[in-house]
Amino acid sequence: MQSQTEKLTFWENFQETYFSKSRIGKVFIYVVLTLWSMTTIFPLAWVFLNSFKESRAIITDTFKLPTDPTMQNYINAFETVNIGKSYLNSLIISGSVVLLVLFIGGLAAFAMARMKFKLRGLLQAILIASLLIPAFATIVPVYRMMINMDLVNTYLALIIPHTAGNLPFAILVISGYMATIPKELEEASVMDGCGRFKMFTKVFLPISLPSFATVGIFVFLWSYNDLFSSLVLVSHEKVAPIVVLLSNVSSQYGTDYGLMTAAIAMTVIPVLIFYLLAQKTFQKGATSGAVKG
Amino acid sequence: MKGDKIYIYLFLTPAFIITGIFLYYPFVENILQSFYKTDGFFNSTFVGLDNYIRLLNDEIAKTALFNSLELMLYVTIFQVGIALVLAIMVDSISKGSGFFRTTFFFPIVISGAAIGLLFTLIYNYRNGLLNEMLVNLGFERILWLTEQSSLYMVAIPTIWNYVGFYFVILLTAIQKIPNDFYEAAKLEGITGIQKMFRLTIPLIVSDLKTCIVLAITGTLKIFELVYIITRGGPGNSSEVLGTYMYQKAFGDTAMGYGATLAVLIVILGLTLAFITNKLLQKEEVTY
Repeated sequence: MQSQTEKLTFWENFQETYFSKSRIGKVFIYVVLTLWSMTTIFPLAWVFLNSFKESRAIITDTFKLPTDPTMQNYINAFETVNIGKSYLNSLIISGSVVLLVLFIGGLAAFAMARMKFKLRGLLQAILIASLLIPAFATIVPVYRMMINMDLVNTYLALIIPHTAGNLPFAILVISGYMATIPKELEEASVMDGCGRFKMFTKVFLPISLPSFATVGIFVFLWSYNDLFSSLVLVSHEKVAPIVVLLSNVSSQYGTDYGLMTAAIAMTVIPVLIFYLLAQKTFQKGATSGAVKG
Repeated sequence: MKGDKIYIYLFLTPAFIITGIFLYYPFVENILQSFYKTDGFFNSTFVGLDNYIRLLNDEIAKTALFNSLELMLYVTIFQVGIALVLAIMVDSISKGSGFFRTTFFFPIVISGAAIGLLFTLIYNYRNGLLNEMLVNLGFERILWLTEQSSLYMVAIPTIWNYVGFYFVILLTAIQKIPNDFYEAAKLEGITGIQKMFRLTIPLIVSDLKTCIVLAITGTLKIFELVYIITRGGPGNSSEVLGTYMYQKAFGDTAMGYGATLAVLIVILGLTLAFITNKLLQKEEVTY
């Protein structure tokens, strides 16, 4: 509590008499913040560095920089567990989910935001309520449906339910954004002879791109990271996304430290690079996804 | 606009067909299936409330329920608490806030499976990060995942994973508070800790409320971390509702009972969200 007082005195930097006190507060704040950021950086740095060591070196010199960097773990990841294939599977599945959600959701959002009809209020309420449906609550029937349609262990088995699960969120976020676009633009495009479809592609889609980006990134992350549905619907090696591979590595190769570190590094690094490039959109996406079920 | 009707159908139909068939229908069907007993995948017999009676007498389900609730307590307090402290701190500094924002948030983008695997490496008895640190400092190795500790050991990565998320929500809220408020407070002589409790926190109370509701309902969705780090063990000591539901429905192919557990998760989520909303419903300060 004492420290918080000091921190706030700095925060306000109100009186010269408190000058020295606020400096202590400032140091304290930076120490705390740095410590927390270490908790996020250090474990990943540890994994990353160790992924370039032989399994034996990970055991003996776990905190040292790799003296004799080797790519063997990465080669193993491609050869023994075929991580390349899982990457591709993840990309196909999550990429398709994003495209479908943005296309279908974008159209629906446009109708919800800019057209008047009787059931609008009801549909809006249904969409909001569906954010509360967790994957657990639909997986058993979805699994049976996929068995009946003979789709289990195909890409579609995961693409379809992921699309359905993300549509309400996408429609709500995008239509929220579209609702703020001035009516004059709509009227102007009617003057120019645009029909509804052209109005969507030429006016509303380009203006709403930020919301599409936000939704797209969040939906991608959610789909790419979802282990639960993947284990149930696409666990077979030839269609399994990367999270399923990680789960298998942890149970089957739990002693191969090199392979584990390489697998973690390969899962995390692409997302991390992407995150560093577009972090504002990521942060907005994840927080607007706050309500997602 | 004239002639909109056809476009309304055209634009809305695809979305509502997909969600109708693969979201709303399964949701309802799941409730129905909770009244059936399934053997294998296709033979279902109506058993009335048997699954629910089984649930009441299921010791493991009770363990999973209490573990989920216990996790909920830790996760809510620490995720939102740490996030609040960090947000107030980052708001108060002038240099480096961008760096902290970036590093605090990034665990969110990492998949639970990767974090789970990472923490498996951290907790491992032989050559785990923690034990190697202990050995380097001259201590004995410790068995980190025991029946007593396993729940805490999955709580830690769960908290770590999501602190950044609440941090960003709260920081955004704090930065939205108009400066006039602080100037007025300064004139009144309200500073330091008083200012935090009388000004900052009351002004972001609705965002705090959102965070708490999200943390509570979010805990019910925990699956990945527990599944990868402990598989619910040792001896069900870290079983949560999500992992138990998965185990029953897909491990033991008791789909009807799995559906019943899913119903429990939904009801629990709705009830808790409702209760928290009611409890936190004080008059809100607006500006």
